[in-house]
Amino acid sequence: MEGIVKLNNRIGSKIYSMEIEQPEIANLARIGTFINLYPKTASLLLPRPFGISEISKTSITIVYEVVGKGTLEFSGYKPGDIVKMSRPLGNGFTPCYDNATHVLVSGGIGIAPLVELAKHLPGKVIAVMGFKDKSFLVGKMQSIGATTYVASDSGSEGFKGNVVELLKKENIIGDYYYGCGPKPMLKAVSEYCEQINRPIQVSMEGRMGCGYGACVGCACKVKTADGYTNKKICSDGPVFLGSEIFWE
Amino acid sequence: MIDLSVNIAGVELKNPLTTASGTFSAPDSSKFYDVNELGAIITKGVASVPWDGNPVPRIAETYGGMLNAIGLQNPGIDVFIKEELPFINNFNTKVIVNVAGRSVEEYCNVVEKLNETSVDMLEINISCPNVKQGGIGFGTDVELASMVTREVKRISKKPIIIKLTPNVTNITEIAKAVEAEGADAISLINTLLGMKIDVNSFKPILANKMGGFSGPAIKPVAVRMVYQVRRAVNVPLIGLGGIATGEDVAEFILAGADAVSIGTAALVNPVAMINIKNEFIEYMNRHNFNSLAQLKQAFQE
Repeated sequence: MEGIVKLNNRIGSKIYSMEIEQPEIANLARIGTFINLYPKTASLLLPRPFGISEISKTSITIVYEVVGKGTLEFSGYKPGDIVKMSRPLGNGFTPCYDNATHVLVSGGIGIAPLVELAKHLPGKVIAVMGFKDKSFLVGKMQSIGATTYVASDSGSEGFKGNVVELLKKENIIGDYYYGCGPKPMLKAVSEYCEQINRPIQVSMEGRMGCGYGACVGCACKVKTADGYTNKKICSDGPVFLGSEIFWE
Repeated sequence: MIDLSVNIAGVELKNPLTTASGTFSAPDSSKFYDVNELGAIITKGVASVPWDGNPVPRIAETYGGMLNAIGLQNPGIDVFIKEELPFINNFNTKVIVNVAGRSVEEYCNVVEKLNETSVDMLEINISCPNVKQGGIGFGTDVELASMVTREVKRISKKPIIIKLTPNVTNITEIAKAVEAEGADAISLINTLLGMKIDVNSFKPILANKMGGFSGPAIKPVAVRMVYQVRRAVNVPLIGLGGIATGEDVAEFILAGADAVSIGTAALVNPVAMINIKNEFIEYMNRHNFNSLAQLKQAFQE
């Protein structure tokens, strides 16, 4: 499928926000699902998966970090450019529609899919966002109505440390938790949620080949009665319950 | 009207396009295209017991290709027959089950259990570069390749395809050996053993360190090997390795393949099988070929 770039703005040192006009994909998009973008550079074979950050009536927005040749190519796209993309893939978040306190916990670029989620949660929304150094999307979360807390590894912004330390320090207790970020962070947050006896949905990250369940590249261990079994992050996830992941 | 049908060891495929093992998932792939359009499904490798596969990361992109080190993660033959095969049997296409093993006994165990099913053919994987025992160990040695073929043929009621590895000095020796032991067909090539190192983290990208190299970048190696093996054996050949367009299919048939498999291209684009089929029909029309035999015979050297 093809979409048209509406906006592609730099919002952090290597962080970009790209809005893509594609009514059919916008219509199919669900909170926490992802799309594959196809680089035009022929030597770059595999599609790049991106969590959908925002969904409008006719467009979707992704937020991405330039980490390699593919994302470098995407960062050069101008409004009006055509982008090759897949339809929305995977199973996203299941928002809890209770009028409760929802805590969104992110690490780095993991904040991206939590933006759309925050828009749909009734009650109080608290975003606890971790970054290596400089923050992004904090203002966006505030504009949606979320109370924000920022942690950074470097201490250059907000609390110096990780998001679990920040949750504890600020004594942030909610009813429902949602997480997206690197695996060690999701593991720590899930363990914290287990201690305080709260449910958490986590959006897992993995190096993918196909993104639709065929290659079995993005395996993730899920608990079973007698140990664990491998699930596919792309087609069984990317969102799982933190309590069902067999953390290693 | 073009006749795209081809007979592989007594099994009539309505066209030469098959799914390369490990790149097709019936429930997932069928969400994107009509599987009935295929000549055959070749399943992901199935072993006698469930295999966990390798640790992640299992995938790395390379220039014009990719590396994988999945490690033949599979649910085992009993679960496959009970839970996966009934869904696969819904489609009006031939079914070829790829068989993995760490020992001759394990291959034979799977083959025996598949005797009592409706599957059309078996593809014996003696060429996976990602598992330590079995797999490639059998495919790089003439004696071992012969032994696996002989034992599997003794037990199987289904035609047997032996899938060869390119990671050998002379692939024609292995091809001749498995043909002599009764292989009904040969598929080639499996992936080339490769490696990629992240120069910023100083570590291999794959947790398994090495993996199978596939995609358009390997196509010339695959075409060369199909050409060589065609001249060494008489059994039907299924050619694969980097096919991404309809013209690539034609190239493999000109080199001597009777059918082809498409793998990495379908990972990149879920509907690649259909696009490639349509491009191939267009190619056949453009050259006024009415059958695969006519295309094959057009090769000049």
